[in-house]
Amino acid sequence: MSEIREGLAYSREHEWAEKRGERIVRVGITDYAQSLLGDIVFVELPEPGTQVSAGDSVGSIESVKTVSELYSPVGGTVTAVNESLVDSPELVNGEPYDSGWMIEVELGGDAEEAFKGLLTAEGYREHLA
Amino acid sequence: MGELRRTPLFPLYTDFPAVRCVDFGGWELPVQFSGIQREHEAVRERAGLFDVSHMGEFLVSGRQAENVLQRMTTNDVSRLQEGQAQYGLMCYPDGGTVDDLLVYKLAQDRYLLVVNASNIDKNRAWLEAHLAGDVVLENLSDSKALLALQGPVAASILSRVADQEIARLRPFRFLEAAEVCGRRALVSRTGYTGEDGFEICLEAGDAAHVWRELLRAGEADGLLPAGLGARDTLRFEAALPLYGHELSDAITPLEAGLDRFVKLGKPFVGRDALERQKREGLRRKLVGIELLDRGIPRGGYPVYGGGRRIGEVTTGTHSPTLKRGLGLALLETAYAALDTEVEVEIRGKRLRAVVVRTPFYRRPNHASEGAKPE
Repeated sequence: MSEIREGLAYSREHEWAEKRGERIVRVGITDYAQSLLGDIVFVELPEPGTQVSAGDSVGSIESVKTVSELYSPVGGTVTAVNESLVDSPELVNGEPYDSGWMIEVELGGDAEEAFKGLLTAEGYREHLA
Repeated sequence: MGELRRTPLFPLYTDFPAVRCVDFGGWELPVQFSGIQREHEAVRERAGLFDVSHMGEFLVSGRQAENVLQRMTTNDVSRLQEGQAQYGLMCYPDGGTVDDLLVYKLAQDRYLLVVNASNIDKNRAWLEAHLAGDVVLENLSDSKALLALQGPVAASILSRVADQEIARLRPFRFLEAAEVCGRRALVSRTGYTGEDGFEICLEAGDAAHVWRELLRAGEADGLLPAGLGARDTLRFEAALPLYGHELSDAITPLEAGLDRFVKLGKPFVGRDALERQKREGLRRKLVGIELLDRGIPRGGYPVYGGGRRIGEVTTGTHSPTLKRGLGLALLETAYAALDTEVEVEIRGKRLRAVVVRTPFYRRPNHASEGAKPE
């Protein structure tokens, strides 16, 4: 079974969002998503400074056979991307919630508002069921 | 859409918790058993076992069988000896490709054809429309299973559970009535991975037993069951064409670079068009490309040269062996020379690429294979 980490917020497109400090949200893909993609060999991430709206495609994740998009579950400004994925995209397979994170976004609007449309761990578990 | 078809081995796939099946031309087939990268490496370094029972098998028999096949395929069937198989293609009169196939000569009046799964019905109709004299075609596709045991240790695994003669088979030779794991099988030294290996054609009912026994026999050597994902990346690195990508009714064997399997010195359907194409010069050619910028070319991505669209990628991936973004691409001839710089459009961005030599991967110590079938 794939891991669903407690305390994170989830999108229906299989991204997770973690609040880190007042306005910064870290984003990655779920364990379920990485297992579906298989061996990830290439990750393309946005430039820091990029403005994104919730649901925007901000990058792509490629496995040997498939190309899929990374959607930002929250809106705001990209402040950081995980540079280590450039040379080690397999981190996404190994530790999707930790060293395999993708981007950090500084929220453009109200934090509570930003997370309203996302699922809890419990909600995401039901979404997968 | 009708229900997906399944091979006789489908019930065994569930032995593998990480198995993932996909719809492949109407067949429900495993894209992976444990992971494409892992299975790919197993075949390159040790061995992999593939279920390719979806492939089609036709028996063509009759006194005129050789004449019919000589007329319907591009290669010279008259050079085949009994116990020898040959790669060839079938073409339309305009030179476009009907399918590529292996022709096994069982006897002077009996040939086994192995064709692509997605083309079984089309091929059957095409061949039946061109039968002559006493020649009959029997479609064995539903009663046969086909396994492929591929990789550097394939021969040593197989020699433990099969006739000793098998390990001595030369490339493109076969035994029609060998015994594998106690079951009768046609075994050929052929494959679609760029490695040494064997293809084992069995009665459908024997497939599950032989599959299990082979996996057991090869376990200590690191033999893994391998899915269609690895099959595709393996054949891609070896630059072996896949119908629907490098070949189609709109792509001739010459454009796909398969000249050595096209014998223009004999009559066959499509010959005149191919001869004209050769005489007038090819307008486009299949080449290998390597991305210089970071990215992965994929089938269907457009390729640009001199600011103009000059072709497209037919297959591309991140090569599991070479760890680079590589592609096969059908390009205008002016851009097909080695080291020519081109651009591949990926998600709206044009990335730099260069024409490189194929195959991308050539197995070490393949001297024995280099000995051409006579």
